[in-house]
Amino acid sequence: MAREAGAEVVLRLDGITKRFGALVANDAISFELRRGEVIALLGENGAGKTTLMNILFGHYTADAGTVEVFGHPLPPGHPRAALAAGVGMVHQHFTLADNMTVLENILLGTGTLLSPRLGSGAARARVARLSRDFGLSVDPGARVGTLSVGERQRVEILKALYRDARILILDEPTAVLTPQETTALFETLRKAVALGLSVIFISHKLGEVMAISARVLVLRHGRLVGAVATADTDRHKLAEMMVGAEITAPKLSDHTPGPALLTLSNVDTPRRGNAPGLNAVNLTLRAGQITGLAGVSGNGQAALAALIGGLESPAHGGMELHGVVPADWSPRAALAAGIARIPEDRHRTGTVADFTLTENAVLECYAEAPFSRKGWMDWAAAEGFARKIIETYDVRCPGPAARIRLLSGGNMQKLILGRALEAGPKIILANQPVRGLDIGAVTFVHNRLIAARDAGAAVLLISEDLDEVMALSDVIHVIYEGRLSPAFARGTMSPAELGTWMAGHGFGEESDAA
Amino acid sequence: MRLEPIPNPSALRRVGLPAGALALTVLIASLLALLAGANPFATLGLILKGAAGSRFALLETLNRATPLIFTGLAVAVAFRAKLWNIGAEAQLYAGAVVTVLLGTGALPLPSVFLVPVIAAAAMLAGALVLLGPVLLKTRAGVDEVVTTLLFNFIMLLAVSWLLEGPLKDPMGMGWPKSPALEKAARLPRIVEGLRLHWGFGLAILSAIAVRVIQTRTTLGYEMRAVGLNAEAARFAGIPVGRVMVKTALLSGGLAALAGFSEVAGLKGNLTLDLSPGFGYTGIIVAMLALLNPLGVVVSALFVAGVFVGADSMSRAAGVPTYIADILLATALLTMVLALRLTTARIRWR
Amino acid sequence: MDILDILLSASFWAATVRIASPLIFATLGELICERAGVLNLGIEGIMVIGAFAGWMAVYLGTGLWAGVAVAMLAGMLFGLLHATLTVPFGLSQHVVGLGITLLATATASFAYRLSLPEVTSPPKIEPFQPLEIPGLSQIPLLGPALFSQTALTYLAFVLIVVVSVVLYRTPLGLALRAAGENPASVEAQGLSVTAIRMGAVIVGSGLMGVGGAFLTMSAFSSFFFEMVNGRGWICIALVVFGAWRPGKAALGALLFAAFDALQVRLQQTPMGALIPYQVFLMVPYVLSILALVLMSRRAEVPAALMVPFNKGER
Repeated sequence: MAREAGAEVVLRLDGITKRFGALVANDAISFELRRGEVIALLGENGAGKTTLMNILFGHYTADAGTVEVFGHPLPPGHPRAALAAGVGMVHQHFTLADNMTVLENILLGTGTLLSPRLGSGAARARVARLSRDFGLSVDPGARVGTLSVGERQRVEILKALYRDARILILDEPTAVLTPQETTALFETLRKAVALGLSVIFISHKLGEVMAISARVLVLRHGRLVGAVATADTDRHKLAEMMVGAEITAPKLSDHTPGPALLTLSNVDTPRRGNAPGLNAVNLTLRAGQITGLAGVSGNGQAALAALIGGLESPAHGGMELHGVVPADWSPRAALAAGIARIPEDRHRTGTVADFTLTENAVLECYAEAPFSRKGWMDWAAAEGFARKIIETYDVRCPGPAARIRLLSGGNMQKLILGRALEAGPKIILANQPVRGLDIGAVTFVHNRLIAARDAGAAVLLISEDLDEVMALSDVIHVIYEGRLSPAFARGTMSPAELGTWMAGHGFGEESDAA
Repeated sequence: MRLEPIPNPSALRRVGLPAGALALTVLIASLLALLAGANPFATLGLILKGAAGSRFALLETLNRATPLIFTGLAVAVAFRAKLWNIGAEAQLYAGAVVTVLLGTGALPLPSVFLVPVIAAAAMLAGALVLLGPVLLKTRAGVDEVVTTLLFNFIMLLAVSWLLEGPLKDPMGMGWPKSPALEKAARLPRIVEGLRLHWGFGLAILSAIAVRVIQTRTTLGYEMRAVGLNAEAARFAGIPVGRVMVKTALLSGGLAALAGFSEVAGLKGNLTLDLSPGFGYTGIIVAMLALLNPLGVVVSALFVAGVFVGADSMSRAAGVPTYIADILLATALLTMVLALRLTTARIRWR
Repeated sequence: MDILDILLSASFWAATVRIASPLIFATLGELICERAGVLNLGIEGIMVIGAFAGWMAVYLGTGLWAGVAVAMLAGMLFGLLHATLTVPFGLSQHVVGLGITLLATATASFAYRLSLPEVTSPPKIEPFQPLEIPGLSQIPLLGPALFSQTALTYLAFVLIVVVSVVLYRTPLGLALRAAGENPASVEAQGLSVTAIRMGAVIVGSGLMGVGGAFLTMSAFSSFFFEMVNGRGWICIALVVFGAWRPGKAALGALLFAAFDALQVRLQQTPMGALIPYQVFLMVPYVLSILALVLMSRRAEVPAALMVPFNKGER
């Protein structure tokens, strides 16, 4: 690593501070990036990594501090200035227009808007060359809406390279990739570094950080708490720096699972927009067992969650609940059958932001006594229920009459969890239950799920974090393009083996025929 | 420039900004008066006097506010559930037509039964008029803004045909108007001798009823949930489509009561100019009331006062009466802007 | 005279093209707004103010083309107001649009009464006259329909091509379409979503103003209240019918105008005498609803239509 130490400084952040209301998202952060260097920016969700990079790229303006690129100060608040200075950003949520082609997305905003022509001939050749040089294969004429997640990410990287980016920022780039695709991405990054580019790699996954970076910067609660050469550290030390305490892995006691509570046999569901439907899925959820669902995002997890949550009915195949085929299928029917649901997106589907905690607490049971009698609401009963959840699940809030939008993500999730578990469910559908939560809330949610399992509930844990799935599950399925792998018992598969399944290997010949 | 949310806006902000919006509206109205060659203070004074300066003026304002309370409630109920009912005008005429159909001798009932039966039938008609666009929305995904707007034109043409054909008054000397309601079908005056009818009382009762529905009933809870976050509502098991339909029935019914009350309480018959855009003005009324049903009563009085006052001012000062429409449209736009700025501040960088 | 006679008459086709022209202007205007992600319900009022402003300018002595420019500027002014409230402030596009329609309509009425306090019937101006294209206008049926129209009609048809080319063949059009699909993609490429959307609404509103002016300066020769009569709402339906594509939307306008021209002529047939004239007048509105029902499932709505974009929002 001696080479980097002497190399030219391409980027210097000095005293960057950013507040959102009372929250200090970035607290006087300073660091330097050198030519040909990969820095990993490590931190938990909510530690301030993305905010910092959004300031660097000009999406946000800092309250204090300066950014210098190649020795020149960068005017704050202008992505255009950042792009012109050679900074390119690959956003976690892709910034692509689905109705346009790859080439059009790359060309967007590159020349003067008022030029009479798009001039795509030369551009196409240039994109082809960049694709070859960096190992980013993608068809420039394809509509972005038809591309896979991995291909979209390549378009994002090409967008930056097409603009001659010298500094690449990648925000959680591996969250949507299979382990194999991640390896390919790292290959691309190594090529970029060899050509003299510098990279900032944002992640909360320790293994990846160790694999790709030369230096690691650790953020915690908006502050830079450590900067170390990767060679001088290890996963354990990084983890401690990241969370400020030692992480204790959740413990699963051994016990024999109970009877099947929910069985899917050969179930198909229709495709919804870009999201694949289920394809001949067989699944059994057993009492006292956590079933983990691993897979790259967008491979049918949403379809399975919608099916079990009551939002979607099987187009083909059978579903049995407690040994009986349900007569009609809706969210209400699912709730009545004792299925508790923790939705993937707590803001969009889990809560009504402008409702109070009380109103949110009864969202799934408002129509039943004691909360509703003959069409009239009993708000006293509803508030009592909300108070009970607030106490039992340690929801930190001003009170049951506060609007839920004022709560942090963790406390919002605790309310959802309480709402779901208070009814004493037989089956729990936990879709990304800890996404975006801090470590304390993660542990809380995990322990509650394990407690429910030990009490005899069947839990389906859907997560894009393979580590989480492997740590919590008694059995694991992999989902790929709407199809389910066989069940793998705990401890029988390595991450790499599961990764092969996540990339679609092992699903047999039908997938190619289709 | 961008907006930064303020989680807990100060009282000054919450009161000051809407007050500022009102001040800006008055300022613009003053400029318009100046433009028309009138003294702005005198003009505003005349509007105020014309709206509330005498018993006659006040009663006129209350009468004018009555249909606006109904259409304002119709819009408020619908908008709360994010159902964009811009068709209150059509629903109003549907109610008026039914009132004429049943109130000109078709039902031999005493007044105490006849009036409620007609009101209920009118509500049903208005509800059915809105049901079409709403079913198109929930079943076929057709945007209801344009369909409800277009229904207004269709309904007006249908009324025009009725008034020249089946519903034409044989004694009308060729004018397109309906025969007069029989005495038993008319809404009585609240106080004998005063030109204020029980339609106003019904409007106030409706506002209270809507408020109770919204805050106390299961349906009200469902309507608010659907309006604030339909996706979360659907996920939680609230039957979103059915709630939309129920909301539409309530909204259409309320708008139809405006037509019923105008015909049975004020005019006594149906003409093509029964409503000078009460359905559209209901949108302003509802928005100024922040979609709060009790607020609708207050804002309907304000809006009616502006119209009545401007009419009388126009006769005295010569400023075109359309100043009222400009004033209200300005009030609407400045008010929504002021409300946005109570919960967010502008950052220029 | 039966339907076949009508369809074979040159006057029918000429009327179709004439009726379509204001709709084409306003539909293109609305389409530009919606492609950038902003629903402009101010269209009805903006057409009214355009109709009034253009006519009044000519009445006060400006030339016809200057009148068109005045109508466009009036439209752009209300477009600027709409854009300011809905784009940087992110206010409800429904509420603001309806408010703009009320405000623009009221402004036109107020200004009309202010400038002509005593008149009972509005004064007439000398409107655009048909321009015969030499040679082409002699073609039977097609000639009178297509090549014997006013300059504003020719402009409308030129604009279909211009808007298509700009939308699909220039960097500006690319940015506009991206702003309506995913504003974050525009922002991330260093362009200002606010500027693009505001520009689109202002330009689109200018075209709506011209569409209104067509009524007073080409179709008729003076200004009446309620002369726009729901045409703006019909244009919104036409944008949906045209699946947000300029060519298809213009085709929709022509189809729609043909039905409108047909119903006027059918009223005068013996068959027409049996049916109340109001039924014929309902045809345009019913057709618009039908068009919405037919297309709403199939059309590709711009994904970010009616979604405000606030830079730096978390």
